[in-house]
Amino acid sequence: MAETFLFDALREAIDEEMSRDQTVMVMGEDVGQYGGSYKVTKDLYEKYGELRVLDTPIAENSFTGMGIGAAMTGLRPIIEGMNMGFLLLAFNQISNNAGMLRYTSGGNFKIPVVIRGPGGVGSQLGAEHSQRLEAYFQAVPGLKIVACSTPRNAKGLLKAAIRDDNPVLFFEHVLLYFNKEDLPDDEYILPLDKAETVRTGKDVTILTYSRMRYHAMKAVEALEKKGYDPEVIDLISLKPIDYDTIGASIKKTHRVVIVEECMRTGGIGAEIIASINDRFFDELDGPVIRLSSQDIPTPYNKGLEDLTIVQPAQIEEAVEKIMQGRL
Amino acid sequence: MVQERPLPTFQATSPQVTKEEGLVVYEDMVLGRYFEDKCAELYQRGKVKGFVHLYNGQEAVASGVIKAMRSDDYVCSTYRDHVHSLSAGVPAREVMAELFGKETGCSKGRGGSMHMFSKEHNVLGGFAFIGEGIPVALGAAFQTRYRKEAMGDAGADQVTAAFFGDGTTNNGQFFECLNMAALWKLPIIFVVENNMWAIGMAHERASSQTEIYKKASVFGMPGYEVDGMDVLAVRAATKKAVERARAGEGPTLLECLTYRYRGHSVADPDELRDPAEKKFWRDRDPIKRFEAYLLEQDLASETDLKSIRDKITDVVEDCLTFAEESPDPHPAELYKYIFAED
Ligand SMILES: Cc1ncc(C[n+]2csc(CCOP(=O)(O)OP(=O)(O)O)c2C)c(N)n1
Ligand SMILES: [Mg+2]
Repeated sequence: MAETFLFDALREAIDEEMSRDQTVMVMGEDVGQYGGSYKVTKDLYEKYGELRVLDTPIAENSFTGMGIGAAMTGLRPIIEGMNMGFLLLAFNQISNNAGMLRYTSGGNFKIPVVIRGPGGVGSQLGAEHSQRLEAYFQAVPGLKIVACSTPRNAKGLLKAAIRDDNPVLFFEHVLLYFNKEDLPDDEYILPLDKAETVRTGKDVTILTYSRMRYHAMKAVEALEKKGYDPEVIDLISLKPIDYDTIGASIKKTHRVVIVEECMRTGGIGAEIIASINDRFFDELDGPVIRLSSQDIPTPYNKGLEDLTIVQPAQIEEAVEKIMQGRL
Repeated sequence: MVQERPLPTFQATSPQVTKEEGLVVYEDMVLGRYFEDKCAELYQRGKVKGFVHLYNGQEAVASGVIKAMRSDDYVCSTYRDHVHSLSAGVPAREVMAELFGKETGCSKGRGGSMHMFSKEHNVLGGFAFIGEGIPVALGAAFQTRYRKEAMGDAGADQVTAAFFGDGTTNNGQFFECLNMAALWKLPIIFVVENNMWAIGMAHERASSQTEIYKKASVFGMPGYEVDGMDVLAVRAATKKAVERARAGEGPTLLECLTYRYRGHSVADPDELRDPAEKKFWRDRDPIKRFEAYLLEQDLASETDLKSIRDKITDVVEDCLTFAEESPDPHPAELYKYIFAED
């Protein structure tokens, strides 16, 4: 099959699921006539009509709640955040009603919604458009949180998210939409709760997700030349975290470096370190190293922005340090 | 401060209900009243915990709206949700058991007073945050239109009623949802229960335009001011709104002028409201008024009404016994219901 851009892989996933299941629909700002701000819903409006690809007013909290109500009564809405950061306005609906309502209702209702869109630090988009909400939402019970990173996993995971009966927050990354990859010709679905081992190695476990996967792999190129053999795991599922895969890797390497794009305080890595300590402390040769974005609003200036997020050289350095026991 | 805004009058030229309908509505209002009286007593006795918001005085709204709808229509409530749930058909036993936190409660003891849910009776909840139920109700209404037009289900003509208070109409979700409902002509009725107070905030101190029904017009939707102490007025207005919604003509806003007899919640000492104001409204008690109407119109006899009241007294006693005797949720099921597969 031809090389497919990540945004097109997502589009294919939505298209296939919409044609398979009439209850699947998309809603959000500019998803219809305009085709989505990153073209993830391009041409679907023409194909499925204005109800199944619903252009909403700019009212994030209310249209998110509306998607939840539609899900409670039998539809499977895909709610697009034009930028995931805008869903801060929908925090209440995502937390109280997507995340908690099933439990609060004693199992009366299920909420099969996918809430998806671009997140992460882009190219000089400024603080508000460079947010990493996965860290803010990870504490909400009842949510599943997924971050895709390649065209292949984007498609397989989104299809799984649409079919899942639970609310799934699905993070894409603004800078990955134009990544290209050959996709399988046959239909495939990927599990939402499984991490992806990007590179097998025996020296150190690098845990990462979303765009930082590429920074990690860049560091690995240099590390390989120096004779190191790191294992790189793309978490994929940020909630729940796949501790089976992580544990198996730690039992092999005994060393962990976490590379994440969210901020250090209250981040995904903070949670993982705590859980690694709970579960695999005896397997560790030393403390887990955590490389995160700085605890600051992402600055506009290119130089400052680069300093804010983790760069490949820092990952390289951290791995060398942990390997040499220089902690 | 005594009522300044005159209640709209509703001229009943002929009986608005048949005997059978009238008795159903009457029984529903009595159930709402007796159930809440029992809740107040149970709270005082320490049997029921948490925040408990009672509905006394507002019965004509729940009964007038919900009993004019079908059982497959949707109802969306707030934290003041016991009586909406009862009117929608959730058994008193399940509502009371929920207040006791029991496994037999309509939300399996996980929700409590402010979180009544029933998929079986299309009760979408029990929402404890101001305004957050309105978008959910909108979603149910959207689903109906979607099912009909995008999925070709000719039988999809359900209507959704979203209930909320005067204070809630100052929240963005109210305006956002009015806009979307009108834009997409969704089959929804926005039922504002204007009881003049939002906890201790008097309506005119919070709203620049106190006549809420007028806010419908800017969205191009009909808005009506309704005497919320007159169940027949509420019922008549609802019927119009339901007809419009089922016909695919879109939403309606009903502002029902009403009053809560008790404090905001059972924990509220209710010291702010003027006794004269309370008396003004109590004199218009919706249950007494409807009783008088039923008798006047020869739709019921004193004996009929008394036997209904006696029956409801028994229903409330029975639901209390049921709740007390029901088991607590099992500790091993603490994590049950987090995910759809649980
Ligand atoms: C988002 C949010 N803010 C504040 C509250 C606290 N609160 C509960 S009820 C209430 C007043 C609501 O008044 P109104 O909408 O008139 O309804 P009523 O209680 O009179 O039925 C407030 C402020 C809340 N539950 N949710
Ligand atoms: Mg009020």
